[in-house]
Amino acid sequence: MTAAAVTARGFGYRAAGRDRWVPRDVSFQIAPGERILILGASGSGKSTILRCLAHLLDPSGTRRGEVLIDDQHPSQSRHRIGLLMQDPDAFFALDRVGDDIAFGPQNQGLPRDVVRSRTEKALNIVGLDLPLAHKVDELSGGERQRVALAGVLAMQPDLLLLDEPTSQLDPSGALLIKDAVSSAVASRDTTLVVVEHRVDLWLDLIDRVFIVDDAGDLITGSLNEVIDTAAAQSTWLHPPATSPRPNAIEGEPRRTAQAPVLHAKSVTFSYTSASPALADVTCDVDAGHVMAICGPNGSGKSTLARALGGLIVPDDGSVRATANLVRDTNSHLLSTDIGRWSSRDLAGRIGSVFQNPEHSFVEQSVRAEVEFGPQVMAASIATDELLERMALTHLAAFNPFTLSGGEQRRLSVAAALATSPDVLILDEPTFGQDPATWKELLHLVLDQRAQGRAIVVVSHDERFVDAVATTTWRLEQGRVVGRQLQDEQ
Amino acid sequence: MDTTVPDIHERSVSPHAEYRWTTTEIVVTATIAVTFGVVFWSWNLLWTATGGAFSALPPLQGLMYGVWLVPGVLAGLVLRRPGAAFFAATLAAVVSALLGSQWGLVAVVYGVAQGAAPELVFALRQYRATLTTALAAGLAAGVASLGLDLALYYPTWAPNWKWLYALTLLSSALVVAGCGSWALFRALRKTGVLSPLPAEAPPAAKAPALPGA
Amino acid sequence: MKRNPLALLAPALMLGIVNAITLNMPTHLLTLAVTMACVPLLRIKAGQFLRTSWPLGVAAATLVLVNSLADPSPGIGWADLNTGLITAVRLLAIALPGLVAFMAIEPVSLVDALVQYLHLPPRFGYGGLAAMRLLPTLADDLHLRRMALRARGATPTGIVGRIGSTHTLLVGLLVTAIRRATRLATALDARGFDTLRRATARPSRWTGIDTTWCASGVIIALAIGSIPLITS
Repeated sequence: MTAAAVTARGFGYRAAGRDRWVPRDVSFQIAPGERILILGASGSGKSTILRCLAHLLDPSGTRRGEVLIDDQHPSQSRHRIGLLMQDPDAFFALDRVGDDIAFGPQNQGLPRDVVRSRTEKALNIVGLDLPLAHKVDELSGGERQRVALAGVLAMQPDLLLLDEPTSQLDPSGALLIKDAVSSAVASRDTTLVVVEHRVDLWLDLIDRVFIVDDAGDLITGSLNEVIDTAAAQSTWLHPPATSPRPNAIEGEPRRTAQAPVLHAKSVTFSYTSASPALADVTCDVDAGHVMAICGPNGSGKSTLARALGGLIVPDDGSVRATANLVRDTNSHLLSTDIGRWSSRDLAGRIGSVFQNPEHSFVEQSVRAEVEFGPQVMAASIATDELLERMALTHLAAFNPFTLSGGEQRRLSVAAALATSPDVLILDEPTFGQDPATWKELLHLVLDQRAQGRAIVVVSHDERFVDAVATTTWRLEQGRVVGRQLQDEQ
Repeated sequence: MDTTVPDIHERSVSPHAEYRWTTTEIVVTATIAVTFGVVFWSWNLLWTATGGAFSALPPLQGLMYGVWLVPGVLAGLVLRRPGAAFFAATLAAVVSALLGSQWGLVAVVYGVAQGAAPELVFALRQYRATLTTALAAGLAAGVASLGLDLALYYPTWAPNWKWLYALTLLSSALVVAGCGSWALFRALRKTGVLSPLPAEAPPAAKAPALPGA
Repeated sequence: MKRNPLALLAPALMLGIVNAITLNMPTHLLTLAVTMACVPLLRIKAGQFLRTSWPLGVAAATLVLVNSLADPSPGIGWADLNTGLITAVRLLAIALPGLVAFMAIEPVSLVDALVQYLHLPPRFGYGGLAAMRLLPTLADDLHLRRMALRARGATPTGIVGRIGSTHTLLVGLLVTAIRRATRLATALDARGFDTLRRATARPSRWTGIDTTWCASGVIIALAIGSIPLITS
């Protein structure tokens, strides 16, 4: 293994069907064995740079400029490069841990005993003590991420490229990944390029920082140099922990009168006959308040949100709407049990925004998407005004599936708000979002709260919850274990 | 961004394409098959459950048939190259067998037939993705399934029941597997999700060299 | 020690064909007996067997009913029941061997065997396997999409509405799936998938026991298949 040197001159890429070059004009040099961190807003082209180095760009786009690995075209160095991309659910080739980690070395044509030893070594580096026959499906999220990393490390690449390797993980899981990477590159036999949002995590490991700015150009330098330059562009750097809480700045009213809209009583639900996802949960949702639901993975947060959204019917107990919510329908009498509501009744009263916005899209243009809900309810809507508010006007004719992640997030929220529901439920709204979108969502939630909407937020983003929640409910293993009011935080 | 999608004729791949299947093409075709495998999983149980409901007039069960024929036709439209329909239909069947479908190996035999029949149609139509092609491909898959069903399960039926079954099955094949696949294909194109496929590249860019070089 | 999938599938296919081309009670019954004997031999658990095969039982029962009614003459006589019964048993005999074979097969072993012995192009085999890794995620996606559509007001109750909403459901599901597929393809290529060759692919073992299974299975199938020829 000899670490690779990388040179880029004026590299740019334009995706099929788009007019912007993202990145636009990127030039840099990386010495063998160096460790680089790439920062930048979502959609600024960071992943594209990595894919170009690995010679795995989407062929339908156009590229310009030059990229060289040890003075050669990247296609000559494919076998020396290890690329780990973002989505751990779209990575695995085989169903057992040992077989999958061996996949890379096998394709490199290595003899069986070498493949075996590399597999074991890679598992060691990522700190997993698992039998090789363990099924990938039965791993936790953090373990899957580490097995994926092991699969790339087993190829012993000269250039290691990691695209947001910790984005799906909680802080302890992220640290495990970072430690694994540290040991893998310790001997400086491997050049490392990491794309990440969590600057503080990687600080002690990296040599230099590259920043891809909003225009698609690159700033490079040591950490201090670069952070100073970018301080003015703080849209994409996480707000430092010491900044004052936003709602203190905004001057939002702290407390409005209690006006309950939903009562959940003794809600119990299980997906399979195994352990229940929710057990005997009782809570209220009030207008003009933000109810945050927190807890570890598997605690039933999303399940509770779906029950409150009328999307699943509890096995036991019920979620009932108050008279405020039921309102006049003038065509039929509406039950208070929201699990019995028709899809149309639900849309006008309770809006649910999902973690993956694409799950909600039903139309072929942004405009139609926003108008869909009101059409179903035979109501009218000031479409242009709503599009304007959500900064989607320039995208009105586009197909929702062609939008960027942040744009899709705004669209799914706009579509939910289009029917003027009294309740808005958001499932992990800040998950995987860059700091700019984070702030947008913060302002949106506070704005809606001030307008009197009842909001439910499921999140493990403590900072976001701190900033917006009126009441925080904690769940563990399907049960309510704590409830905190805003003043007490 | 251009929101209109150019006519498909202009963009179809030569059926004698010189390049080998890209990884993207293979995995996308396989994923179409697997996605329908997931959808069928809930439908399979429905089929068993409604078996009783249809016992009043069993030949009507043919009406539900079309859905099973979609993967092959859709893959043929999306990929526009030899083997796509066959691979998708066979894989969908193999996956359902591996997941524990009660039909096991028989499902695979059906899958092979339900893939080979549209394959023939696509070849004859030179892999042009049009509504006519889709309808013909769906119908072909239906005919293949009909033949297998009548031979394996219903050989002792009276002729009028067999005709009725043929009518319902083939109608379902035409409407669901033909029109339905076509509608899905058109909608998918507009979302832009198919753009990484070579079949979507403008003709001028398609050199014999491997895409992505 | 797992059997080579081809050693099981070859006899299963033969048995299926043998029963498909005849309508002869002894043939069908013997096939069923032989197949059921294989269940414990292949170490298939009773629970798994029942869970997988019960719909087949329902299909067979329905077939008895349906074929008995097929005769235009009124009422159900013994002759009608006999027809119904024999077609049902024939159905079981066609489907059961293949079903049992698949219960004893692992997907990856199947692909390994197909690639090594039947010259299946390896990238298609392992590409198919990789797509199967997406199954749990796709099942989740389907569930989420259904709920999201209900929340949007896109789940109507009428027949026409249902057709439209099924289309919408499928479009969204396929978009998510195809996106994952393209990401998976890149991840596979990043680990050298596009250089996959039969020579460097995973090995598939064929032992003496496999030969025994395969050979005896085929011989038994041929023997059972010759019964109609002997008795007629």
